[in-house]
Amino acid sequence: MIRYVDEFRRKGPARAMLRRIEDVAPRDCVSIMEICGTHTHSISKYGIRGAVPTGIRLLSGPGCPVCVTAQADINRIVEFSRRNPSVVIATFGDMLRVPGTFSSLEKERAEGADIRVVYSPLDALEMARRDPAKEVVFYSVGFETTAPTVAATVIKARREGIRNFSVLSLHKLTPPAMKALLDSGDVNIDGFICPGHVTTVIGAGAYGFIAKDYGAPCVVAGFEPLDALYGLYMLLLQLRDGRAEIEIEYARVVTWEGNKRAQEVMYEVFERADSRWRGLGEIACSGLRIRGEFSHFDAEKRFDMGYVDCDDDQAGCSCGEVIKGLVAPSECTLFATACTPETPMGPCMVSSEGTCAAYYRYERI
Amino acid sequence: MCLGVPGEVVEMDGDTVLVDVGGTRRRASLMLLDAEGVGLTPGDYVIVHAGFAIQKVDEQAALETLRLMKDIS
Repeated sequence: MIRYVDEFRRKGPARAMLRRIEDVAPRDCVSIMEICGTHTHSISKYGIRGAVPTGIRLLSGPGCPVCVTAQADINRIVEFSRRNPSVVIATFGDMLRVPGTFSSLEKERAEGADIRVVYSPLDALEMARRDPAKEVVFYSVGFETTAPTVAATVIKARREGIRNFSVLSLHKLTPPAMKALLDSGDVNIDGFICPGHVTTVIGAGAYGFIAKDYGAPCVVAGFEPLDALYGLYMLLLQLRDGRAEIEIEYARVVTWEGNKRAQEVMYEVFERADSRWRGLGEIACSGLRIRGEFSHFDAEKRFDMGYVDCDDDQAGCSCGEVIKGLVAPSECTLFATACTPETPMGPCMVSSEGTCAAYYRYERI
Repeated sequence: MCLGVPGEVVEMDGDTVLVDVGGTRRRASLMLLDAEGVGLTPGDYVIVHAGFAIQKVDEQAALETLRLMKDIS
């Protein structure tokens, strides 16, 4: 009986698929970018990056929501928690250890701030429900897979009359980042491996403009090793044949239209807004802010969450360039010396989806 | 972080489902899935992300993908 994990991890078929990839690999070098932290991790963990023919460069782009959060947005939640230690800050685990300019959420927690790690935004809502005397702020990062879950949670909060729950939305959108990368011309990208679960929500049609306006082929791939390999194979076939189309490898959950219900819920609570990305700078309409009707749940409206602009990368840290695929982690002067998972200098090493963390764990000889 | 993983629907309970993910049972919200529209029943698989079921896994499509992969191997 199929269980959807082991079947897509078998070694024999993986080796056979690598041989097929060698057969269709182009003579010239090609650069293929994935823009999903789970793909970055998977490709490193299963040795795919090193196993493909040398002419195929697998680049990691801005796929880790923690990594693309601007330094100023890290600083302001840290500063807020320091000034309001009794407000509960609920956060996904990875954000805890990201170093801000002066401190981190983890350090503030050690100093007595009430910062709690959650698996789901619903957990944060539950904290607010159980303790009506406390304010709960959910520090909300993530792309289009996570944003609908937060929107659903806000709708639930309103339905249940919960008054002490709010969200600091730092959500970002994937297609605008892909467009910004292509427009910048900083990195040569011949094709994209598109994120499986973001696309489950937004639908493969969302990437149509990339094939049409930029002539770059895209394949939406799943995360198991056979998915990544087969997705890469499909992309190489397009390049060999001179096609630029949007194809779906992860057909068991991804469709052209995506999950309409999730899209509706997301845009009931959120609307597009300009957003500041680490590495990519300000990108128009690339983020999500909470709509006016839900301003009661918008932490930026409830509290003074002062935004103080600052440079993203600390001295020597190359996260901004790693995020754009310009620099490999091993090319950063701090990699594996001053910057390690135990002593991270930037988000790419802290996050489980970060490129530097994946390289540190799986790509060092 | 909160990765999306496949799990088997064990029990349907209004707007939540009890899902078995690799042996562990978790409750997931159906607020983002049109359960009736996709004909969700126990035994089906869903992708669970951050406490929500975000898609029903299409078994036929999965078998077709495995067949395509086998064809090129």
